[in-house]
Amino acid sequence: MSHIETSYLDFGRLEALSRGDSFLHRLDPRTKVLTTVFFVLAVISFDAYTVSALLPFLLYPAVLSGWGGLPVGYLLKRVSLVMPFALMVGLFNPLLDRDPGATLGPLELSGGWLSFASILLRVFLASSAAFILIALTGMPDIALALERMKVPRIFVVQILFVYRYIFVLTEEAVRMMRAYTLRSVHGRRPGLGIYAQIVGHLLLRTLDRARRIYLAMVSRGFDGEVHTLRTFHLGLRDVIFLVGWVSVFSLFRYQNIPAWIERMAG
Amino acid sequence: MSHHIVEVRDLGYTYPDGTTALNAVNFRITHGEAVAIVGSNGAGKSTLLLHLIGHLTPQTGMVQIGDYRMAPQTARLIRRTVGMLFQDPDDQLFMPTVGDDVAFGPLNMGLPKEDVEARVENALTTVGALHLKDRAPYRLSGGEKRRAAIASVLASSPDILVLDEPTSSLDPRSRRRLIQLLAEFHHTRIIATHDLDMAFDLCPRTIILHGGEIAADGPTGDIFQDEALLMASGLEKPLSMQGCPSCRHPRR
Ligand SMILES: Nc1ncnc2c1ncn2[C@@H]1O[C@H](COP(=O)(O)OP(=O)(O)O)[C@@H](O)[C@H]1O
Ligand SMILES: [Mg+2]
Repeated sequence: MSHIETSYLDFGRLEALSRGDSFLHRLDPRTKVLTTVFFVLAVISFDAYTVSALLPFLLYPAVLSGWGGLPVGYLLKRVSLVMPFALMVGLFNPLLDRDPGATLGPLELSGGWLSFASILLRVFLASSAAFILIALTGMPDIALALERMKVPRIFVVQILFVYRYIFVLTEEAVRMMRAYTLRSVHGRRPGLGIYAQIVGHLLLRTLDRARRIYLAMVSRGFDGEVHTLRTFHLGLRDVIFLVGWVSVFSLFRYQNIPAWIERMAG
Repeated sequence: MSHHIVEVRDLGYTYPDGTTALNAVNFRITHGEAVAIVGSNGAGKSTLLLHLIGHLTPQTGMVQIGDYRMAPQTARLIRRTVGMLFQDPDDQLFMPTVGDDVAFGPLNMGLPKEDVEARVENALTTVGALHLKDRAPYRLSGGEKRRAAIASVLASSPDILVLDEPTSSLDPRSRRRLIQLLAEFHHTRIIATHDLDMAFDLCPRTIILHGGEIAADGPTGDIFQDEALLMASGLEKPLSMQGCPSCRHPRR
């Protein structure tokens, strides 16, 4: 259980980082959420074969982790855990798409390899931006920022609760797994039927817990709205931060900087 | 102060699956009393407590808290005077940080932010957990969770505290600290437990539930001396009353 928590999710470390005190930490959460959204939109809006024009966007995660004093090695490790999914999605492209896409010196790259590289790069950019957002803001403030930005309350409450209970649930799942394996003969791997049982059981337990949590909320006067003491205020530096980055993103989006440099050099 | 009296008359409750959890339960608890509701697993303790916070509506009989008779229309009002500590603190600490959680009740009451902040500080200080304010609940130890949960109940300043097995899953030291804390409160306290030693330390009065019925109601000292009664209710005499095992002299 601790293994899952430490090796995979490790939100704990992210959360500890989010209590830091750089000027990025002190920005209004809404500013950071919006900037991240613009960043991701810019990155995913390129066509499927774009690679070089995406490279300048690396500036954003690099600068933010520097300003925010975030441990780059740790962030890269988080991001590298997401990359296998990108690999899975992208791996078919080189097989399916063999049209010539670009030439790299004497090497000719097929369109498939280009789009594969493009997917990897985009997932890398988007997930590092997301992890940086969490490390600079903290999940609760992100959720509350979303609420202020008129994201439907039900989603916000869901984010908060998933974040709060994911550990309790994984722990329950792992405990149950362990109990089943201990009872199985000579540590044989449990069969598919057992997994179905565990999942069924877990679902019931989760429903039960949801009911108890709701009860606890109602008994403290819950009326459908989650109030909090956290106050947000937008200041001048929020405006500067947002406008500054959005201009940079637009520049990167509409001007292919690496191509410029190549032209100037060549 | 009639408004802090808890009165239960002829209360009966059967779950939809046919389990009769409570049958003809009667008692009256007055202002400032500390009462232990003891009974083995499945005796009906939790079911009884859920009636006191208006989560379950009596099928027979009635529950009266202060001036209000429990009914769906009065439940909201009554919950302002009754604070419930649930058995699993993970169910109770549902907000992202301890501070957010303690603020939850007062904010729902519509208090201004400064008042809420003061209450949060107060409640956390009372349970000795002010340093946990910005921590996330899932990182806390069992004892810390329990104290944070108590703070979140106290912050709504209830007159009546209802606690469901507060010492379950606590290590001995956290358990002792919790008992000391609860002993300092002046609220009316209704504590469901099978920790008879805690009941003995905290509650002058004990009600024994067995199979959904009241098996005994009286001074804790007398009840815990009655070994036949305890045995019949599936309970064991508290350790502190069992006498010294080496010299056979009773300790109390
Ligand atoms: N939601 C439920 N549905 C059906 N039966 C229940 C439910 N909750 C409790 N019971 C049954 O009611 C009886 C009393 O349970 P409970 O009040 O939880 O006892 P205690 O808290 O003393 O252990 C038990 O027999 C239990 O199995
Ligand atoms: Mg119970």
